[in-house]
Amino acid sequence: MEKLKNFTSSSLFLPVVALAVLLVFNGIFVEGFFDIQVTEDGRLFGRVIDILTRSSSLVILSLGMTLVIATSGIDISVGAVVAISAAVVCTLIGGRGDGVAETPMLLAMLASVGIGILCGLWNGLLVAKFKIQAVVATLILMTAGRGVAQLLTEGQIITVYYKPFASIAGVIPGMPLPTNVFIALAMVVFVAIVMKKTSIGLFIQSVGINPTAAKYVGINVTMVLFLVYAFSGFCAGVTGLIESSLIRAADANNAGLNMEMDAILAVALGGTLLSGGKFYLGGSVIGAITIQTLTTTLYALGVSADQLPVVKAVAVIAICLIQSRKARDLFEKWKNRGNGAAAAGAKAVNKA
Amino acid sequence: MKKIIALVISMMMLLLAVGCGGGDEKKADGDKKITMGFSQIGAESEWRTANTESVKEAAKAAGIDLQFSDAQQKQENQIKAIRSFIAQGVDVIAFVPIVETGWDTVLKEAKDAKIPVIIVDRDLKVEDDSLYVAKIGTNMITEGEKGFEWLAKYANEKQLKPRDGGQQLNIVVLEGTVGSTAALGRTKGFNDAMAVSPDKDKFNILASQTGEFTRQKGQEVMESFLKSYGNKIDILVAQNDDMALGAVQAIEAAGLKPGKDITILSFDGVKGIFQAMIEGKTNCTVECNPLQGELLMETAKKVLAGEKVDKIVYVEEGVFPAEVAEATLPSRKY
Repeated sequence: MEKLKNFTSSSLFLPVVALAVLLVFNGIFVEGFFDIQVTEDGRLFGRVIDILTRSSSLVILSLGMTLVIATSGIDISVGAVVAISAAVVCTLIGGRGDGVAETPMLLAMLASVGIGILCGLWNGLLVAKFKIQAVVATLILMTAGRGVAQLLTEGQIITVYYKPFASIAGVIPGMPLPTNVFIALAMVVFVAIVMKKTSIGLFIQSVGINPTAAKYVGINVTMVLFLVYAFSGFCAGVTGLIESSLIRAADANNAGLNMEMDAILAVALGGTLLSGGKFYLGGSVIGAITIQTLTTTLYALGVSADQLPVVKAVAVIAICLIQSRKARDLFEKWKNRGNGAAAAGAKAVNKA
Repeated sequence: MKKIIALVISMMMLLLAVGCGGGDEKKADGDKKITMGFSQIGAESEWRTANTESVKEAAKAAGIDLQFSDAQQKQENQIKAIRSFIAQGVDVIAFVPIVETGWDTVLKEAKDAKIPVIIVDRDLKVEDDSLYVAKIGTNMITEGEKGFEWLAKYANEKQLKPRDGGQQLNIVVLEGTVGSTAALGRTKGFNDAMAVSPDKDKFNILASQTGEFTRQKGQEVMESFLKSYGNKIDILVAQNDDMALGAVQAIEAAGLKPGKDITILSFDGVKGIFQAMIEGKTNCTVECNPLQGELLMETAKKVLAGEKVDKIVYVEEGVFPAEVAEATLPSRKY
């Protein structure tokens, strides 16, 4: 009982419940939702696997986003950086019909992740050094980024015929799951270990709660900010690789489109406050998976892609309301309305 | 002080005089050279790029000064571009409408400014047909019909059997962007041809969802189809080649052979799909000819010369099954 109570009051409780509700809904209404088959070459195949594969990009983005938001910043440029990174890797490998790579793939991959970090450092420079508000600072790259990607690809969709490129987001023979799932897992584990073993997590929180105080206790605030934005850029760079490998092409208009919003949503669903401070990496990961589950559910129910945002919005409002303290207070008040309005009013004022 | 003022005034007058001279020259020049404002919907595929290139090249060849504007897939950008063309006072406006509706106001403005408007490639709906002088483009309905005709013939020749052992061949459709001419026309053409065909009982449309003409969405929706219907799917109709290419990857990931287990018909005819057909991964593409530039320039010149033009002008289009892919690829321009 004690354990249950601990769990219900833990930060992970609501995100987990939200995901569980969605999964149960799917189990009832979508035929064969939990079926997993093993194909002849040893791969796993099923809707749940699709969710894992498709959500890996968002999981990676939300890791970076969580840390940025924890410093009470925000990075709305990640979607555009995904497009740039995708453009870089595809232009470097080249769209030759005979399947020959113009640049070694490893080099092209490093370059595209590198450009992601560079974009992150640029954001970091604006936020940490020039003290520009994070929304404004990252807005610059958000609007300009897609243009940069267009310039790189000369406005074309560059299709890569070089076979190994598909393996970044595809299945390497002998593996049960696509590579991007492992990439996402590795990054989650890496960040979790760094947060556990070093005090960087604490530094990030202190910067988010009170940067002045953090400075006085000897934390290099500028450095911390640089680090988190660079890391967010790195995450966007990796996501760009995955997104372009999924379709084996760089599509400057559509790659990573609106992903920054989904990433912020994942972080919010995960219980991290946008005002910064305490952050929940696990929550963000679950939040990202929840968003993808929602998308997959809607596809399975035959809701067309252009109506997705509406249904998504409704679901998100519901989830956010459940998590909102104010909404819960109002709900309590409504429940206690028989006990006299004055008492309930006083209670609400006290809580506020 | 007086001297300075005098100097300034004389300089201003000089400038004005030069300005006037420049203006006259420009006008004289304008008589010879036609200016066309062209708003393209933005990069979406190799096809669109070929369409853009064709317009640019044809303009150069015809000696027409082309003001090109990229709308980056947004209607509001296109409306802005058209307004700026009107403000610039171009001789003729041509544009590819990204969606069918919502153009009345801006086209009325063009008409009031006495600038003729030519619609390129996609269709649009306006209350008053006189808002544009001509439509140039492809006939999406005919394309849909051609697509079904090929499919019916192919199914007979190859004696396709339903994979689930049922009576009918099951079709899934990846539709284009909701409300776009290509999606509406191809759906209508395909369905109408099927409804009147003697083979209509052989086929059954199992599911139809939009993939928004992109590879990502095509792939994702196909993944979902495969989970929902699995072995029932015999035929995929993708309303553009890019979605078909995305779907091919989803089908392979499901352990099936695209082009064999699932027959794939797509539209547009881009180079990438010819490559896929040579590899045996898709079966047929119905061409949608983007090389409309020449016809556009010809029509524009006629309109400005006061000649009568047909309200709707279609470019020529073909059907390319996989067998001819290898021979055709080298001659493809897009």
